[in-house]
Amino acid sequence: MKPYLRDFIPRTLSELPEDTSYEAGYLVTKNAGWRSIRPVINPEKCVGCLQCYLYCPDGVIYKWNEDAGRGKVAVDYDFCKGCGICRRICKTGAISMVDEKQALAQEASQERSGQHG
Amino acid sequence: MSLNARTLSEEEFFYGHKACAGCGGALAVRIALKVLGERAFAILPAGCMSAVGFNFPQLCFGNNAIISTFAGTASMLTGVRAGLQAQGITDCYVVGFAGDGGTADIGLQALSGAIDRDDDVLYICYDNEAYMNTGIQKSSLTPFGARTTTTPAGQRIRGNIRPKKNMFEIVASHNIPYAATASIGYLQDFINKVDKASRIRGTRYIHVIAPCPTGWGIAVDETVDIAREVVDCGLWYLAEYEQGHYTLNRRPSEFTEITHYLSRQSRFRHLTQEDVEVIQRSRDDKWKQLEALQNR
Ligand SMILES: Cc1ncc(C[n+]2csc(CCOP(=O)(O)OP(=O)(O)O)c2C)c(N)n1
Ligand code: SF4
Ligand code: SF4
Ligand code: SF4
Ligand SMILES: [Mg+2]
Repeated sequence: MKPYLRDFIPRTLSELPEDTSYEAGYLVTKNAGWRSIRPVINPEKCVGCLQCYLYCPDGVIYKWNEDAGRGKVAVDYDFCKGCGICRRICKTGAISMVDEKQALAQEASQERSGQHG
Repeated sequence: MSLNARTLSEEEFFYGHKACAGCGGALAVRIALKVLGERAFAILPAGCMSAVGFNFPQLCFGNNAIISTFAGTASMLTGVRAGLQAQGITDCYVVGFAGDGGTADIGLQALSGAIDRDDDVLYICYDNEAYMNTGIQKSSLTPFGARTTTTPAGQRIRGNIRPKKNMFEIVASHNIPYAATASIGYLQDFINKVDKASRIRGTRYIHVIAPCPTGWGIAVDETVDIAREVVDCGLWYLAEYEQGHYTLNRRPSEFTEITHYLSRQSRFRHLTQEDVEVIQRSRDDKWKQLEALQNR
């Protein structure tokens, strides 16, 4: 089972478990804020060798439906730390590291234009 | 079916953890759990992997996982296996992930006991060559010359003066059913070994070198690369011990330059030519010993 984000954060005494066990794979925070650069995958160059997926220490690269025509792997940016191991491992040069702030600004402007258009 | 990037479980069992970016230990734990799957009961002593995996309520293991005492990885493995057995639960693995300090220093007695009883458990040592979680102190698996906070690089004494303990051989000398060394730089080899170990009964031990960018003084994107180079330059080796026989899985016909490997890491940057020669000689001696073990 892949750990995933939950809405409920136990805070009060009665919400805390009485013993020392709790539900497995219970995430309440993202790691996105850790990075200053992010990997961007160029689907044209990606040959789907899956080496980036294999070597990512955080396991945030996953197989992507090839039929969608958007490359063969994708990144869960909620948990990518921007280490750049994937970029180094990629033999075809399909991964580039881009400035996180610029990427966020670009995302925001795309969202805005999407709303108006 | 052989396991590889394509056939490995797509599930993630170590996710959202708080390890430093580019952590080699996190990669070792992640990959081993993808091989073993959901039915693995994981035991982690004090050390980086437990510290980054269990920060209640951020619980990053998707399978059953628990923290043991620092010294007690192997004894808890024994206990968990006994508890499962008592409940008639057999379709599972019991796996431990301990650091170099937790394995070769404080946890050695418990590990030796478990191997002696031949308890049905898999022990994985992720070796980052120091006590990283408490701020980079020397362990008995810290290599000669490395600077740590307890083996500083001074004028007269330049880092760690002791060689790395022969942990793989120590474990193998127990006549364990299966022992292996691996590197997170060569994941296919590591996957094969975890997979093989999972199909053997009795105590199994895998020692995987897992560089730590924070403690070794390398860039966060260099972890995998340096884990390859340490094998290529002969300062680490990929080997197996099975039914009394040693096998070297990879014998580079020519080693790459040791100085290149060392000078990339700030923990070795103070070393003199003389120190490098000591390291080179001990590497050559080590390989002679390993080859003798293989051919005996
Ligand atoms: C009995 C005991 N002594 C000391 C500690 C403090 N301690 C916690 S983690 C750690 C370092 C562990 O080093 P290692 O086993 O190499 O794992 P790493 O942190 O490098 O992953 C230490 C000394 C402890 N938790 N328990
Ligand atoms: S390593 Fe490169 S080519 Fe291979 S799957 Fe990843 S992005 Fe595609
Ligand atoms: S930058 Fe690091 S964490 Fe992010 S996808 Fe690449 S390897 Fe994984
Ligand atoms: S200090 Fe080293 S071993 Fe510990 S989490 Fe950071 S990179 Fe990993
Ligand atoms: Mg350690």
